[in-house]
Amino acid sequence: MKEYFKNAWSGLFTVFIGMKITFKHLFVPAVTIQYPDERLQLPERERNRLYVNMDDCIGCDQCARACPVDCITIETVKGLAGEDLGKTSNGKRKALWVTKFDIDFAKCCYCQLCVFPCPTECIYMTDVFEFSELERGNLIYDFVTLTPQEREEKKSNYAKFEAEKAAEKAAAKAAPVNKPIDNQETPKQ
Amino acid sequence: MIYDFFFKLTNSNFLADLIQSLLPLFIFILPFALFAVLFERKVSAHMQDRLGPMRVGYHGILQTVADILKLVQKEDIIPTLADKPLFNIAPVLVFAGSYLAFAAIPFSSAFIGSNIDLGIIFIIAASGFVVAGILMAGWSSNNKYSLLGAMRSAAQIISYEIPTVLVVLSVIMITGTTNLLTLSEMQTGHFWNWMIFGGPVMGIAKFIFIPIMIINFVIIYISTLAEVNRTPFDIPEAESELVSGYHTEYSGMKFAMFFLSEYANMFAVSAIVAALFLGGYQSPIGYLGNLFGVHWLIPIEQFFWFTAKGIFFVFVQMWLRWTLPRLRVDQLMALCWKYLIPIAFVNLLIIGLITVL
Repeated sequence: MKEYFKNAWSGLFTVFIGMKITFKHLFVPAVTIQYPDERLQLPERERNRLYVNMDDCIGCDQCARACPVDCITIETVKGLAGEDLGKTSNGKRKALWVTKFDIDFAKCCYCQLCVFPCPTECIYMTDVFEFSELERGNLIYDFVTLTPQEREEKKSNYAKFEAEKAAEKAAAKAAPVNKPIDNQETPKQ
Repeated sequence: MIYDFFFKLTNSNFLADLIQSLLPLFIFILPFALFAVLFERKVSAHMQDRLGPMRVGYHGILQTVADILKLVQKEDIIPTLADKPLFNIAPVLVFAGSYLAFAAIPFSSAFIGSNIDLGIIFIIAASGFVVAGILMAGWSSNNKYSLLGAMRSAAQIISYEIPTVLVVLSVIMITGTTNLLTLSEMQTGHFWNWMIFGGPVMGIAKFIFIPIMIINFVIIYISTLAEVNRTPFDIPEAESELVSGYHTEYSGMKFAMFFLSEYANMFAVSAIVAALFLGGYQSPIGYLGNLFGVHWLIPIEQFFWFTAKGIFFVFVQMWLRWTLPRLRVDQLMALCWKYLIPIAFVNLLIIGLITVL
């Protein structure tokens, strides 16, 4: 009998304790924010979408090799002797035309391993994290600043240069002139 | 009375009846449902340290209006294997049941749908009517979750009606009337004349009544909470187990009718608790109308006090919803049969003895 009343009383009393707690929370300022309108400050070392500053890229391919999921594809073409490719911001002379620098963010795992090997610090994480797409193909980002015509031009320039060199060599060796040109140095499409 | 006013205005019995019967719906239940849905969402949000609806209007004031517009536009889906006539009539029946209760609720001394002598008994009977609608909805949906929800709801409402009626009976024993208007009039004066503080009885009996009536008040509050299927007694529509119980298969306006009747019921039971125990429409501190001698102001003030009390209890229902987890079926039945009913019986016995003496 005593147990019964104790049960009834503790049932009622604990409800009141619970109600006191929830009532306090009624006046606690909301911890949520109105997301698209206001945003939280992202942490300093956040890892989101990569960005490549092509002015500084020397086409060394180190980021692509560091990538554990192979989401970076780089193709380069050697610059010709007469061409001025400019310098990077930390004074390195550029020697390669970067004709392809694709990052597939559908594959990217945001591990930041590509950022550290970069000798010119031209690949880095930005604070952009909203870049969803309806087509997976749209997630392949092309960072090259050259126009498609320029890319083709650089490639054909180099192919021509190679061909000339091969022809010169062939001439020097006095070999048959119309031997097929071996241009395996040219990147495959 | 408001009927006489409309009778004078329209000079026809039929029109006066019609206006009077539709009045609670349009000036009360619909605006109340609009308000209560938003209020519930806001209360639940703030209790969980969230913000709740914020987009439509200032702090989401027009959110329910937008929701209703959405519901009106929605397709009315009837499952192929549903029992169509029952499926269509069930929401109407449920809403009719909960609206029926409003007929006898005294909003103020001048505004009561029907001043019938069996007021409180009528309300209890009408709320029993809802069970039929719920069972119908659950059965005709041809969905196991709906049926389970409806069965649980019926079991729950029927068993919790017993403590409700026992407590109501003890109030009737003290006051000697079942007419809610007379009952409210008896609790006039100041708040110590309210039934929760022993009612209008004087002398030593009042001091015996006070603890008993407070216990009775707690019992009727718990059992009416269970009757409207609100948390912690929401096993009929337990989202995590039964999708949403008997209205799983409903969409569009039929769903809106269930929703409306749920909120109407919430207010109806709060109103009954307020009318029986907290003086109904009586003001706890006296009327401004009496103070300034403006007598037409008194019914309006009474209406204000009544809705204020009702909305306070609706708020407590929401408060409990975000405080307590759902009860298991056995706990639910144990609470009713092992605690509420015996205690209500003992209270009834004591009150009976005192009133006889």
